[in-house]
Amino acid sequence: MKDDKLVIGGKQFNSRFILGSGKFSLKFMQSVIDNAEVEMVTVALRRANIGGQNNILDYIPKNITLLPNTSGARTAEEAVRIARLAREVGCGDFVKLEIIGDSKYLLPNNAETIKATEILSKEGFIVMPYMYPDLYVARDLVSAGASAVMPLAAPIGTNKGLRTKDFIKILVDEIDLPIIVDAGIGRPSEACAAMEMGVSAVMANTAIATAGNVDIMAKAFKNAIIAGREAYLAGTGRVLEGKAEASSPLVGFLED
Amino acid sequence: MKNANSDIMQYLDGMEITSHEILDKVENLYNNFDYNIYTSENVKKVLNKEILDLNDYAVLLSPVAGAFLEEMAVRAKTETFKHFGNTISLYTPLYIANYCENHCVYCGFNCMNKIHRAALTEKEIEQELQSIAKQGFKEILLLTGESRKKSSVEYIGKAVTIAKKYFSTIGIEIYPLNSDEYAYLNKLGADYVSVYQETYNKDKYAEQHLLGSKRVFPYRFNAQERALMGGMRGVCFGALLGLDDWRKDAYAVGCHAFYVQKKYPYAEISFSCPRMRPYINNSENNPRDVHERQLLQVILAYRLLMPYATINISTREQKSFRDGVVGLACNKISAGSKVGVGGHDGEEKGDEQFDISDSRNLEEVKEMLEKKGLQPIFTDSQYLI
Repeated sequence: MKDDKLVIGGKQFNSRFILGSGKFSLKFMQSVIDNAEVEMVTVALRRANIGGQNNILDYIPKNITLLPNTSGARTAEEAVRIARLAREVGCGDFVKLEIIGDSKYLLPNNAETIKATEILSKEGFIVMPYMYPDLYVARDLVSAGASAVMPLAAPIGTNKGLRTKDFIKILVDEIDLPIIVDAGIGRPSEACAAMEMGVSAVMANTAIATAGNVDIMAKAFKNAIIAGREAYLAGTGRVLEGKAEASSPLVGFLED
Repeated sequence: MKNANSDIMQYLDGMEITSHEILDKVENLYNNFDYNIYTSENVKKVLNKEILDLNDYAVLLSPVAGAFLEEMAVRAKTETFKHFGNTISLYTPLYIANYCENHCVYCGFNCMNKIHRAALTEKEIEQELQSIAKQGFKEILLLTGESRKKSSVEYIGKAVTIAKKYFSTIGIEIYPLNSDEYAYLNKLGADYVSVYQETYNKDKYAEQHLLGSKRVFPYRFNAQERALMGGMRGVCFGALLGLDDWRKDAYAVGCHAFYVQKKYPYAEISFSCPRMRPYINNSENNPRDVHERQLLQVILAYRLLMPYATINISTREQKSFRDGVVGLACNKISAGSKVGVGGHDGEEKGDEQFDISDSRNLEEVKEMLEKKGLQPIFTDSQYLI
């Protein structure tokens, strides 16, 4: 387990838990990060009140990798603009690409996301696109230069769990980049299930922010993600994969 | 200028005519909305549905749903939290002018009222905005009375240009414009537009809006669409509840916003909740009066119909009500409001449109939010043009 690192854009991470930051009070940031033991935290650039009050960037410890997101972008062009602004204000090269043109369901626009990935990866960004899990789109994102692919488990903020499980599994099997489950995970058990099936990391925000105790829930997610990863590395019992395995060969009766 | 006998459906020269498709749909629903047909079983069923449609919304505005405020509030709180976490956006309004060419019989700014009128100079606008920005605000709502002559689009454009130096988010609450004029203001830095229909009852609308371009019902109704056509990111809806039958007006507001969102899925939808305050001596006498209980029912119904929409609570409402609804269903609150012209930096230059009921400044509102476990947000959008 010691050597089991998550590598995104050449950077290594010990933690496979990415924390969303937009829905709980900033004063809890440090303790949530400590409990979650995360190394990467997303931040909505539109919330960055540079030089002003309650600036989210002032609350994230320096040892944490910032993952600025492009929330608020409706098109590739707007997302590119936000990513560049994020870099200008010192958020680094990582960007979680989020392009949403529907205020009701908040579903990502895959076509615009591919366009923006291509532009930003050429500019040296480490692009982590949020997407609706579609194999063709994932392949296009790889070609466009993405450093990870972030399929949704369910619509943002719904806490509905792994609704797109089968489609995420296809991405896990076919795409040679870290697959990071992004939106919709509501419980640690679901994060664990996602990790068990082989996703590289899990991102959560609403599930923690809406918990009765954000610190304990952050810790529960951390533990669930570690457990899921260990189960994946150990190899789950094959009966779980829908196949039986006999303890002695079934064809042992053959005599010649 | 239109007069009291003119047809409210007749456009004036220069007014852009756009499709009446949404107006026709909303009018049809409005005319057929009978809130007395629903039972408590209907309400219970709606409260167990995941995504509400306009029929469900109708149920929530019925008299029988008035007995389910607690249940509606529980659901509203969950939805608000799911979509916004504990964040509450803060803003303040700045009235830059109060000249008005309309005769709206209920309004303090109407052209027949002999009030002190003013329009801030560019220098005064800059001073006001600097003073507001110094307090920490990053979102500003610029307001005028409805006078194209005294507060022209160019004049408002200058105010937006100045505001852009200090604020990340600029909203405008002015008279309705054509889409190219909205595009002009959007390019200068405004992203959000508020226009209130006041009432969706056409007869009442005609009675209440005697003079001025506001008398043209469909031009006002389609303002949000023209704003979105002009590139604005978000539009705000509302009726002046209590001017007519509040249940029907609130129903029409929701239907209007619902169809605009459907046609422009990227639009950020918001609601404001102004009301006519009932006369105290007359309380409980008129079923159409909007007391806090009725206002809350409307706000909760807005939240359940559109869990993702922003709902503002202004200083028209008193402290206890504002503190109660914020985080429950409302995710945006004003602070340090002045409703005369200027007044953030020295004396007000013109009279007020209405009385405010909560005079707390930014620090006091922030403190209240933090005590409630809520998170004050100063900036939640970026100007991207």
